[in-house]
Amino acid sequence: MKTDDDLVFRALADPTRRHLLDRLYERDGRTLTELESELEMTRFGVMKHLRLLEEAGLVVTRREGRQKLHYLNPVPIRLIHDRWIDKYRERQVSALANLKSELEETA
Amino acid sequence: MTTMTEQATQVYSVFIRATPEQVWDGITKPEFTTRYFYGTKIDSTFEPATPYLSVAADGGETLVDGEIIESDPPRILRHTWRSLFDDDTAAEPPSRVTWEIEPQEGGVTKLTVTHDQLEASPKTAAGVAGGWSYVLSGLKTLLETGEPLQG
Repeated sequence: MKTDDDLVFRALADPTRRHLLDRLYERDGRTLTELESELEMTRFGVMKHLRLLEEAGLVVTRREGRQKLHYLNPVPIRLIHDRWIDKYRERQVSALANLKSELEETA
Repeated sequence: MTTMTEQATQVYSVFIRATPEQVWDGITKPEFTTRYFYGTKIDSTFEPATPYLSVAADGGETLVDGEIIESDPPRILRHTWRSLFDDDTAAEPPSRVTWEIEPQEGGVTKLTVTHDQLEASPKTAAGVAGGWSYVLSGLKTLLETGEPLQG
């Protein structure tokens, strides 16, 4: 199942794959050849890592002419964030909003 | 540390346990968009060359405007985009947003948002970069649980 968090955590658990995501974060929409030139690794090795990132949904590819471009997709990381963090943040935000309205009422 | 340069093409993708029709409704019906799209109501007939508007649900202020380029429910929606909520981004030329809906195996639908033609709109590009992740995460949560992320 492609939506599994397992795939995301497994994909992120490797420094080479995190490095690939860093490269795409710097500049998105790169070809395999461009990414390969920045890593001391065989083309096959880079392809393997990109495939795991794609399976986890962290990389999305688009065809443009004859080129296959790789894009960083941060949505799976956002989902992990929202799962454990957002409810606390929202509580904090509403607490601040309540404080603001209370202060304004007493002013 | 790496720094983010503004990307002229941005691609965001999410798998949602819902039908393509449900995903289409989530994108095109105001009763859904108010619950995950920064509280905005979508306002459009989805006919080509007619307006695509995102309007604040409380004040009625138009936060995003654009024009429908293509609409083929429940597969593809393409429209132009101008972020009006900030004077700097409102002054930039329109960019383009494409929503693609593809059914997958096992009752899952893949939604891909491509925001491109941002070459001349760097402030818009920077402004929407984090927003799309938030929006797609919220849409997934709403369609799968019936509950918005907030509230």
